[in-house]
Amino acid sequence: MQTRREMMTRSAAVTLMLGAAGVLPAQTQSAWNKGAFEGKSIDDVIKGLGLAKPVESKDITFTAPDIAENGAVVPIAASTTLPGVKRIAFLVEKNPTTLAGVFEFSDAVETSVATRIKMAQTSNVLAVAILGDGKVLYAQKEVKVTLGGCGG
Amino acid sequence: MRRHAPAVALVAAAFAWPGAQAQTGTADGIAQYRALLADGNPAELWEAKGELLWKQKRGPKNVSLEGCDLGQGAGVVKGAFVELPRYFADTKRVQDLESRLLNCMEAQQGFNAAEIAATPFGRGEQLNLEALVAYVSAASRGMKFRLPQARSEERQMFEAGKRIFYFRAGPYDFSCASCHGEAGKRIRLQELPDLTRNPGDGVGYAAWPAYRLSSGELWGMQRRLNDCYRQQRFPFPGYASDATIALATFMGVQSQGSVSIAPSIKR
Amino acid sequence: MSDPMRIRAQVQGSGAVVRVLMSHEMETGLRKDAAGKTIPAWHITEIVAALNGQTVMTAQWGTAIAKNPFTQFTLKSAKAGDKISISWVDNRGDKRTDEAVVA
Repeated sequence: MQTRREMMTRSAAVTLMLGAAGVLPAQTQSAWNKGAFEGKSIDDVIKGLGLAKPVESKDITFTAPDIAENGAVVPIAASTTLPGVKRIAFLVEKNPTTLAGVFEFSDAVETSVATRIKMAQTSNVLAVAILGDGKVLYAQKEVKVTLGGCGG
Repeated sequence: MRRHAPAVALVAAAFAWPGAQAQTGTADGIAQYRALLADGNPAELWEAKGELLWKQKRGPKNVSLEGCDLGQGAGVVKGAFVELPRYFADTKRVQDLESRLLNCMEAQQGFNAAEIAATPFGRGEQLNLEALVAYVSAASRGMKFRLPQARSEERQMFEAGKRIFYFRAGPYDFSCASCHGEAGKRIRLQELPDLTRNPGDGVGYAAWPAYRLSSGELWGMQRRLNDCYRQQRFPFPGYASDATIALATFMGVQSQGSVSIAPSIKR
Repeated sequence: MSDPMRIRAQVQGSGAVVRVLMSHEMETGLRKDAAGKTIPAWHITEIVAALNGQTVMTAQWGTAIAKNPFTQFTLKSAKAGDKISISWVDNRGDKRTDEAVVA
């Protein structure tokens, strides 16, 4: 028997997939996940996204600098050739709110995205890959945030 | 005292070597960070906006800036940036990009230049000036600085700029040279370019204007100088004043031949 | 009225790399102004990327995406002349769509 959580996850996933396939009009794409974005820890975010516990994986290529000259802009990128990855979420462990963003990929794009995040302080940054079958994988890296020069 | 010297030397050596290694690792790390940001400079947003503003009829006189002479003739944008500051016959002054734009915005478009000069950075017409500065400097990207020094007024500005550069004042007795007067200086992790000579393509004078990641804003040379003055605890210089133009002339001439990468991206 | 995005879409092999620079404050809601008042959060919440009218990628963003965000993704199959559109919505309900052509 499916637990309520599994059902919610599945229906959320289906909604997202339908939205991504352009079947749903833009307004009915799943609403902004307030719960996940307000999460203050990795656990909070995983719960908020309705995910299983993530397992570390070498199949996710996660690029992030060792040192960020300024925490306001940190360039990161994640990609994977694993089949079935539908979403990639970026988490910054020590940020006031941990979840930075979630990218959802249709079959028309590579499972690969680069973006820029804000980091409040030196922290582990995670790229979490969410597969269509519910599996959750992650890669992580510690990014040191410095304050250079005259502090400005 | 002499008995302790070898022990002190050993301890000093023990600290020096790992320190030097950590420094190289840090320098590599920062280089990697900058490389990852090389593509997609938000300054492009200012460049695009600046191009629109250059061509748009604006101000009380409802005229575009396409009649503005930045040194290469009315309306010519390409190549103008790398020859500034320079002498202009119509104003009988040596002017930098910002002061020249202020001229054109007032004389041709009817704006109040004094008001714009008094507007805080990043607000109102200053935002538009920043966009224009980004657009104009971008049109010279990849070109080498070749500030004219043929006229006595231009040479005078260079000499004045040199003196201002080395002038120590303020509560810390700083001058520009305190930080930028020698090669190899650093504040925390920031390398400080030597501005008394050409520090290399795209470095120092050749890197401004720039998008500053820390504030998410486009800084022209005027704002960069203003902030240097703030950091030295000097009173703020007048916007587009002769003092700032003189400094820019000095730094520009010293880096003659370096390639401009403006607008660049900076932390 | 927000400033236009810069979208570059360049053919690469049988697909195309799309790079987008957006103009947005992305205010976290944690900063205070000079008077000590908290500056309210103002950030893009959703992104939709489409190729020739079909959605290919979406995203949900929080306050920790950087100001004037840069995003890059790769289309598996695209050719010169294909139309890219990028849309964003922010937490104030403002929205913007910009288009570009694959080159």
